[in-house]
Amino acid sequence: MSGPNTDYDPVEVDALKPEEVEAARDAALAAIAQAADLADLKQVRTAHTGDRSPLALANREIGALPPQARKEAGQRVGQARGAVGKALAERQVVLEAEHEERMLVEETVDVTLPTDRLPRGARHPLTTGAEHIADIFVAMGWEVAEGPVIEAEWLNFDALNLGPDHPARTMQDTFWTDPEDHGLVLRTHTSPVQARTMLTRTPPIYVVCPGRVFRTDEYDATHSPVFHQVEGLAIDEGISMAHLKGTLDHFAAAMFGEGISTRFRPSFFPFTEPSAEVDLVCFVCRGAQVVTTADGVETCRTCRGEGWIEWGGCGVVNPRVLTACGVDSERYSGFAFGMGIDRTLMFRHGIEDMRELFEGDVRFTTAFGTEL
Amino acid sequence: MKAPVSWITEHVDLPAGTTTEQLAARLTALGLKLEAVESPGDQITGPLVVGKVLSREPEPQKNGKTINWCAVDVGAANGTGEPQGIVCGAHNFDVGDLVVVVLPGAVLPGDFAISARKTYGHVSAGMICSAAELGLSGDHDGIIVLPPDAGAPGDDAFDVLGLHDDVIEFEINPDRAYALSVRGVAREAALAYAAEGATFRDPADRDVPAPTDDGHPVELHDTDGCPLFVARLVEGFDPAAPTPDWMVRRLTQVGQRSISLAVDVTNYVMFELGRPIHAYDADTLTGPVGVRRARAGERLTTLDGTERTLSEQDLVVVDESGPVGLGGVMGGEATEISAATTRVLVESAHWDPTSMFRTGKRHRISSEAGKRNERGVDPAITEAAADRVVELLTTYGGGSAGGVTVAGSVPDRAPITAAADLAARISGMDVDHATTVAHLEAVGCTVDDRGDGTLVVTPPSWRPDVTDPHDLVEEVARVVGYETVPSVLPTPDAGRGLTRDQQLRRRVGRTLAGAGCVEVVSFPFVGDATFDQLGLPADDERRRTVRLANPISSEEPGYATTLLPGLVKAAARNLGRGAPGVALFETGTVAFPADAGPAPIYGVDRRPTPEELTALLTAVPRQPLHLGAVLAGEQERPGWWGPARAAAWSDAVALVHRLADELGVPLEVRSDVRAPWHPGRCAAFVLAGPAGRVVGHAGELHPRACRATGLPERSAALELDLDALLAAVPATAPAPVFSSFPLAKEDVALVVDAGTTTAEVEAALRDGAGELLESIRLFDVYTGEQVGAGSRSLAFALRFRAPDRTLTEQETGAARDAAVAVAAERCGAVQR
Repeated sequence: MSGPNTDYDPVEVDALKPEEVEAARDAALAAIAQAADLADLKQVRTAHTGDRSPLALANREIGALPPQARKEAGQRVGQARGAVGKALAERQVVLEAEHEERMLVEETVDVTLPTDRLPRGARHPLTTGAEHIADIFVAMGWEVAEGPVIEAEWLNFDALNLGPDHPARTMQDTFWTDPEDHGLVLRTHTSPVQARTMLTRTPPIYVVCPGRVFRTDEYDATHSPVFHQVEGLAIDEGISMAHLKGTLDHFAAAMFGEGISTRFRPSFFPFTEPSAEVDLVCFVCRGAQVVTTADGVETCRTCRGEGWIEWGGCGVVNPRVLTACGVDSERYSGFAFGMGIDRTLMFRHGIEDMRELFEGDVRFTTAFGTEL
Repeated sequence: MKAPVSWITEHVDLPAGTTTEQLAARLTALGLKLEAVESPGDQITGPLVVGKVLSREPEPQKNGKTINWCAVDVGAANGTGEPQGIVCGAHNFDVGDLVVVVLPGAVLPGDFAISARKTYGHVSAGMICSAAELGLSGDHDGIIVLPPDAGAPGDDAFDVLGLHDDVIEFEINPDRAYALSVRGVAREAALAYAAEGATFRDPADRDVPAPTDDGHPVELHDTDGCPLFVARLVEGFDPAAPTPDWMVRRLTQVGQRSISLAVDVTNYVMFELGRPIHAYDADTLTGPVGVRRARAGERLTTLDGTERTLSEQDLVVVDESGPVGLGGVMGGEATEISAATTRVLVESAHWDPTSMFRTGKRHRISSEAGKRNERGVDPAITEAAADRVVELLTTYGGGSAGGVTVAGSVPDRAPITAAADLAARISGMDVDHATTVAHLEAVGCTVDDRGDGTLVVTPPSWRPDVTDPHDLVEEVARVVGYETVPSVLPTPDAGRGLTRDQQLRRRVGRTLAGAGCVEVVSFPFVGDATFDQLGLPADDERRRTVRLANPISSEEPGYATTLLPGLVKAAARNLGRGAPGVALFETGTVAFPADAGPAPIYGVDRRPTPEELTALLTAVPRQPLHLGAVLAGEQERPGWWGPARAAAWSDAVALVHRLADELGVPLEVRSDVRAPWHPGRCAAFVLAGPAGRVVGHAGELHPRACRATGLPERSAALELDLDALLAAVPATAPAPVFSSFPLAKEDVALVVDAGTTTAEVEAALRDGAGELLESIRLFDVYTGEQVGAGSRSLAFALRFRAPDRTLTEQETGAARDAAVAVAAERCGAVQR
């Protein structure tokens, strides 16, 4: 490098000769254009713009020129360096894009590989079914009431007009706690929850009571000593069987689809008077008793050709029950209904054997997911 | 209750062309629910005729059996009039007997087509039939032998056998005891077809003789238990007289076996009128018969041969020798009708239903008579029923009607006062005043319309169940027709929605399912063997269960105190069925004895007082809601990502943490020893705060428990008191306050004794680090030469941040040193 020289002739400095600067620029531009990938380009960048590159060296010589010569030389070198820098940046963008394209191709995977490292969980249909039913009633302004499964005999029977000598007590084969005269049973229905509700709240009352109940039944495809019920109780002024019918029609439609309604048949329950059995229009054949399949017209299997499905029992709350539970039966009337959740799920989902609900086989439960 | 259609229509004229199905449907709509229709002839087609046996040649066979080669006269039914050659394997008939013959071309039940076929060296042209082959019930092994007057050879046997007569079986509710009789069913049939003009002819409507002086003396000592007792004598009865064929057939149709004329007649009248009748051999009775309560220690051998010790609450029929029958429930053996009985005393009595129910239950006697007497029989037909029995006995058994005794009287019936519009208000139906009165009268009530909006209604004698105004509502409603109840949705005030607990329980289920667990629902019954399998110590509180008096299995007499037995069983079942691993959970109540003495039984004429209610509720065992989970076998599947991962203690602990995080409940962990967990791998979870209550445990199951229950080793489990956990969920989650100033990181590695838990060291660090500490997390555990035997190194990442400034290195370092100092002081930790 030349030292400072106040009357130095720029054209006498080789590195600053126009043809030298142009040659260096052109060499750089050519190298940039030829760079095949980002690594190449990095080398080109070092070779043509680094400290030891011709243009960098030329740039340093400018300071050695006399002031009157610096401007022209500066412009010449500056333009060359600018052109090289711009070309580098452009080439960088192109090569990065090419690199990414290539990388994306190389990173291709088989997206059909299994990813089920963790098995899926599920909630039991008896749980989600009870929730589904509760939600139907909550949407109507009802509440969900609960109570213990080991229950006082008085609440399970007496308060519900099932006195000790009532023949209907033998209809419900009861598990008694030991000793038998201690007045405790495994509740035979969720009705004691209704009694508890009436004893602890004042009307109007609109509650559903889902829960586990017990009877000394055989354990087979359609019976179980442990099963589940949902009962409903409405106590208000002016309640009639018409409100019961309206509620059950709504329940049936919400549970089984629009247009599915109920019918009543006279029946007997000590806690209701009048009492009724409630049947559901078969939600498969919709009352037609037959279904059309690929093989022709067949008897509907869901309702066994009846057109109706037995769903549960219901009625107007017996005023004797209201009295025992402290509700003014002159002012208030009420209705109550009850049905098996297990049974409801069995025909809603085509569960053939009730025992599948209690065996805990994950293949069964997982099929129902986490909501019903 | 089974009722042959022919018997029903004897007492009611139904519109012509009424089918059995139509009748059954109308009766169902009135409250007599159709259970089944038996149409015995439906499955038989073709010639089924009366035949007369002309000859019968027994032919022994090589297989040891003897067959009979018979010639049977079937009249012109075979087209030729020649005797029919038939092979018959039965032997209960003779030449000259009338039998039932099915001819070739006919089809018997089970699509059994009859043809002439070669068998035992003969061509058998048809078959002599047994009851079973015709699809009829019957306890006879052999073929049917018809009575000599049944018909002539060649007659159609369908009518002879009653094969065209459908039998309707009804499910009768306890309030409709009157329908446990043909009388009651026919009455309802008339009601069902009233609009078509059907009328009911009451079979009990008969003139009965007045009491006579020569009647058997009767003394009633308990008119509450037995208000009316009718005794009728039949003299000169022929005990060998057969029961007429038509009666045997009807008894068979209703499911009653024929025994002897005297017994059959009493049964027949019971099915016809609903009034159970008892017949005594009058010669075995000594002195007057009486009715009283049994005396302590008295014994009676009943008809079934059982000697019974009587209770002072049992009603007994006595003579001078003592009890001769359990009144209304079962007669005594010593005075029953025998093959030598010539003098019959017919008892028709009205009994108190409650007494009947209690005696039946006490002595475990379930009989057709008891079923009617305990539900309530029409007291007004007591004399008529006795008279009907006497009529049938004298008609078919010879002899003559003797003395008549009537002791007591028909009890009075209390009328019911009800608002005239009650039926309309309660049923919600469009039913006016006149219709209400008309329908009450249609079901047999006497109605006194006071004209002031009230009705004074006396129910009919056959309806002891009708006692309350609401009973009248049901009667009106069922006659109007339940199908006309309108559908009106009630509109309650806005409700409160699900309670917080109910919402939280849903969240618990979703959290566990989201973590890969599958919910199960198990039976909550446990026994000692269950607890032994799990290795619970003898004094473990979970072994003290609420015991059942009548459990399903004597092996499992207790109500569950823990959910683990059911979960373990379900897990083993899944693995047994080929699942490589399972993660199961259950939420359910468990129970602990209340130790509060018997739960009181109160009256029902008023609400219990608050004190009474408290006494009642505290006698009920405590039943907390628990959450349990069992993890066994493969928890992560093998795949291209790597090998499978089996359950470990940490899976169970992680589930509890995940749940606690979800619920926002801070839980502290400490190591514990509790069955059925591995003593070195059991975590107890403690609610934060001064109460410090243990809410549950999680960890690896004890290897012995795994072996005993068939689970793979290292299976893990957890059980929590969900009620306690949910009670600790904060009502609202306060918004967090966090800083956006830079984070300062400090990692420390501390060497501690192997027995010191991470939780202890972490708590010490947390306490020492002070307010600037934002988070702390264990990121490495090292054991090995560098820290020496019996020690381990725990590496924690401490993260510091200040709310209002960037921390200086000095501040962060000081906080770290303070943390380490407390860990050193409390846990003997030495920084590496």
